[in-house]
Amino acid sequence: MNTATEFTPFVSLGGGLLIGLSAVLLMAGLGRIFGATGVLAGLMLPESRDGFTWRLVLLAGMVTAPTLVFLSTGSPVDIDVPVSTGMLVGGGLLVGFGAALGSGCTSGHGVCGMARLSKRSIVATATFMVATAVTVFIVRHVLGA
Amino acid sequence: MRLIVTYVIGLIFGIGISISGMANPAKVINFFDVAGTWDPSLAFVMGGALLVAFPGYMLVFRRPKPTFEAGYQVPTNTKIDGRLLAGSAVFGIGWGIAGFCPGGALPALGTGRSEVFLFVIASAVGVLIARLGPQLLNRVGLSRTQTS
Repeated sequence: MNTATEFTPFVSLGGGLLIGLSAVLLMAGLGRIFGATGVLAGLMLPESRDGFTWRLVLLAGMVTAPTLVFLSTGSPVDIDVPVSTGMLVGGGLLVGFGAALGSGCTSGHGVCGMARLSKRSIVATATFMVATAVTVFIVRHVLGA
Repeated sequence: MRLIVTYVIGLIFGIGISISGMANPAKVINFFDVAGTWDPSLAFVMGGALLVAFPGYMLVFRRPKPTFEAGYQVPTNTKIDGRLLAGSAVFGIGWGIAGFCPGGALPALGTGRSEVFLFVIASAVGVLIARLGPQLLNRVGLSRTQTS
């Protein structure tokens, strides 16, 4: 199950630059933090008609990307899922619950909040990075899943 | 115009996620598996994102307001409380178990892979439980915790 993945510093850096650019553009255009959980929450529990519309359009843009990447590179986006269906669902529930409770996830706290030097986001990012690392260690090296 | 720009911004984010490896649970989990099959790539994702977002935000905030809105809507709360810490810890545990996070999974919906849909539905349910759960508990009188 624990297969190595190729170290990809250049495309990962390039991807990161684009993620940062999208966060800056969303702030410049709509004055909003780019938080993926916020997009999800705002679509399910819309604060207003417009709040629903712009998030839906933003999501439409995101969802188009894998097709565009496939058409321009000729290879599909790599998605290898080394975990069971139960872990996918259980982990998903915790991710959604935790991000809603902690007011942010990797994009909202980890990129946008850190870039604003928000103390809350720096603490949140440090907390989830440690929690994720400990979880991966326990799952892989203690439980041996 | 505003919605076209919004669409393009989503597209840029999605392309970034797709090529970076953030949508790939094997890569995400390997990033955290320092004791095993470590793959440091994702440090470059966050580094790259901050490299643009940090100076980018400074430039943006020099302008009095965003192009299509009356003002910026940034969080003003500065309190580090139990909710923030507990929520972030639970989020991290879930990320470590599943390997997907919302930012990685939402663009990946476009691949049509069933695992991505399963994860996104589960995390949507998690969001709803966190947002609506306290209200429901209050309604049936099981909890005295205040909801904001």
